[in-house]
Amino acid sequence: MHEIIAKQGLSPNVTRLDVKAPRLAKIRQAGQFVIVHRAEGAERIPLTIADADPEKGTIALVIQAVGKSTRDLVAMEPGEFITGIAGPLGKPTELIEKGRALCVGGGVGTAVVHPIAQGLHRQGVSVHSIIGGRSKEWVIFEQELRQLGEVTVCTDDGSHGRKGFVTEAAKELLSAGGIDIVYAVGPVPMMRAVVNLTRPMGVHTIVSLNPVMVDGTGMCGGCRVTVDNQTFFACVDGPEFDGHLVDFEGLMDRLGTYREFEQRATHACESGQCKVGLH
Amino acid sequence: MKIDRQKMSEQDPLQRSTNFGEVNLGLQEKVALLEAERCLQCRDPKCVSGCPVMVNIPQFLELLSEGNLAAAAQSLLNDNALPSVTGRVCPQETQCEIECIRGNKGLPVAVGYLERFVGDWARGNREQVPMQVAAPTGRKVAVAGAGPGGLTAAGELARRGHDVTIFEALHKPGGVLVYGIPEFRLPKAIVEDEVARLQQAGVKIVCNTVIGRTYTIQELREQFDAVFIANGAGLPVFMNVPGENFKGVYSANEYLTRVNLMSAYQFPQADTPVLVGRRVATVGGGNVAMDAARTAKRIGAEASIIVYRRTRKEMPARAEEIHHAEQEGIDFEFLVAPVEVIGDEKRWVTGLKCVRMQLGAPDASGRARPEIIPGSEFVIPCDVVVVSIGTRANPLLTATCPEMKLNKWGNIVVDENGMTNLPGVFAGGDIVRGAATVILAMGDGKRAAAAMDEYLKTAPPLGSQTV
Ligand SMILES: Cc1cc2nc3c(=O)[nH]c(=O)nc-3n(C[C@H](O)[C@H](O)[C@H](O)COP(=O)(O)OP(=O)(O)OC[C@H]3O[C@@H](n4cnc5c(N)ncnc54)[C@H](O)[C@@H]3O)c2cc1C
Ligand SMILES: Cc1cc2nc3c(=O)[nH]c(=O)nc-3n(C[C@H](O)[C@H](O)[C@H](O)COP(=O)(O)OP(=O)(O)OC[C@H]3O[C@@H](n4cnc5c(N)ncnc54)[C@H](O)[C@@H]3O)c2cc1C
Ligand code: FES
Repeated sequence: MHEIIAKQGLSPNVTRLDVKAPRLAKIRQAGQFVIVHRAEGAERIPLTIADADPEKGTIALVIQAVGKSTRDLVAMEPGEFITGIAGPLGKPTELIEKGRALCVGGGVGTAVVHPIAQGLHRQGVSVHSIIGGRSKEWVIFEQELRQLGEVTVCTDDGSHGRKGFVTEAAKELLSAGGIDIVYAVGPVPMMRAVVNLTRPMGVHTIVSLNPVMVDGTGMCGGCRVTVDNQTFFACVDGPEFDGHLVDFEGLMDRLGTYREFEQRATHACESGQCKVGLH
Repeated sequence: MKIDRQKMSEQDPLQRSTNFGEVNLGLQEKVALLEAERCLQCRDPKCVSGCPVMVNIPQFLELLSEGNLAAAAQSLLNDNALPSVTGRVCPQETQCEIECIRGNKGLPVAVGYLERFVGDWARGNREQVPMQVAAPTGRKVAVAGAGPGGLTAAGELARRGHDVTIFEALHKPGGVLVYGIPEFRLPKAIVEDEVARLQQAGVKIVCNTVIGRTYTIQELREQFDAVFIANGAGLPVFMNVPGENFKGVYSANEYLTRVNLMSAYQFPQADTPVLVGRRVATVGGGNVAMDAARTAKRIGAEASIIVYRRTRKEMPARAEEIHHAEQEGIDFEFLVAPVEVIGDEKRWVTGLKCVRMQLGAPDASGRARPEIIPGSEFVIPCDVVVVSIGTRANPLLTATCPEMKLNKWGNIVVDENGMTNLPGVFAGGDIVRGAATVILAMGDGKRAAAAMDEYLKTAPPLGSQTV
């Protein structure tokens, strides 16, 4: 059982929950995630450990409410308990030891980029983050990232930072040279755009993949992704991979497996009649 | 008086293929006593040597036939901690029952049914078969994995007075018994009962804890006097054919986990979905394949087809499961091997392209090797494919303990006491044997517990180990 200690809305659909998990707070490394099982009967969903406070024994989960499971989670209040949190799962981020790193975060991916930037900063790597959102209110983790290095903010409507996509800002920065590695986390189209940018430049680019998961321990194979024409289980072999070798089409496609169910689950919980049977 | 082998009553095949209620309904006490009387009480009971954990079968059957249920239960529980489970899932026809002298002329004693009967009686009458727990030894033992191997070891260690903590990766204890084997074959309530019994005996169970991630084996060694690893063989093997990542292709582990552990058949009351499929093709011929194919039918598939590359005779599944699958209208494609998963333009599965096989010379396992018949390609139309061709050792735990000796398949190597090359670290079940059986995992747990108990008598106190 994990008590929710604090709750904070970060953007219109992103919520931060600080949750008691002393062991995880102590040992988690950049790039690792947890499987959250909110309550009996709930789905098991993967969420990145966006931050941790080993002293308080808490981890931060930054959750974009996209469907039933994430909505149920962000509806929880401080003082309530999450039944199970398993982790830290996945391989820690491959952090460079010196040089200059570019971290690109889109939407909730910015929260996933944060621990990576933290890890790099701790190593003494110079970090430049480019983060974006639809408009000012959608930009998250700006202050946190500013403490780790330079930050460029992009919004679609120009209401904050520069107007345009993160990829445009990334392109300028990369063209200027001097970037040793890129870490990109966000919606699949964003990550694909970033790797298409860095590939001709030969800049190593790491992306974090978000396939559907169940156990998170390599037992089901549901999270399989294709990288360099080979099958990997993202929960144990990833979730971070060499972006230049990832089959993004395949990832996007498999993410659509349960779309019809998701719509029904969301619909059922919106209309308050969770009784519609499948058969 | 001649008594015939008693029959197990079953749910009607047509009815049961649409529900998750148990298929076998159990024996009445009267019937069980009658069946127990069929035991000839052989002096040199072959059935006992057929049992991987050498349950004293004639003894518990004799007590049962006398109507002394408490004594029968006590006798059985001394040899086998989970009789309600093994009575349901052991392949008796190749273990105890095949050895039964009665089988030479007629049918063997229904040892499995009786084991189940006595086990279930014991569950309902716990106060008559209390677990005797020795005085605390002050020794702490960690168990990694709450499958049958880990649960058995934990019980045996607790009984001997050790302070036992089980760490389980998933949110529920039971291992394959809860995520793999479906409700209609092994009701979850039985596993829950057994777990509760262990907890009453003082065993602590910590779920959502992944050894190798949350704690390493090395850390467990620092905090516990001994460690038993029973994390199973949970890594699914895929076919490695084109189209295997199309939407609608599952490993049996994922398919069964969604339905059993996550109750996807109750969607949207339960949050986890599963693709139901109108036609489901399951590749493989073991218990796992039977469970997947029968599950498909239950959640609503119009057709559920087993695709197996040898013949019915070579199928490794329990005879009863094959028989039940046939009764429930599962279709079988024998001597057929998949070569490709076919999908539409949106990469949804539309079929399984296969070739026909013929049996050639025997292979290393002694079974006839299937060979492809040239030009025999055909397509089985289907929208879900469940791959059930085996599992391997999951490297998650062992990868974080490079000092531990593994064989070339990644299974942990142990000595005759179940100890690994690391002093005080024992292992058993599928992680040692590769995918095997419930009773073998239990046997390993029991044997290792005894060896651990011995080890703990002389082991250095915590903190003084030079590792
Ligand atoms: C390693 C990893 C780390 C993750 N970290 C975070 C995180 O820190 N914060 C966060 O908000 N989310 C994170 N995710 C994604 C998150 O797990 C999913 O959004 C969540 O499972 C969706 O569940 P749901 O029931 O709310 O939505 P659903 O009803 O299942 O889905 C709603 C919509 O989201 C899409 N979707 C479903 N699953 C995923 C997925 N895995 N990734 C992306 N889109 C999906 C669906 O296609 C659908 O359009 C992570 C995923 C992985 C694999
Ligand atoms: C669908 C199916 C049907 C089967 N039917 C039969 C049958 O009818 N008869 C029969 O005899 N056998 C059957 N088997 C085989 C049998 O279930 C296994 O041989 C047996 O369960 C092995 O027991 P175990 O304790 O070694 O491992 P498991 O039962 O696999 O349990 C291992 C446990 O360890 C946990 N774990 C894994 N990694 C970690 C980690 N790193 N840290 C902590 N915990 C971890 C797992 O979550 C799991 O709970 C079947 C198997 C399947 C999959
Ligand atoms: S989530 Fe099941 S194997 Fe990765």
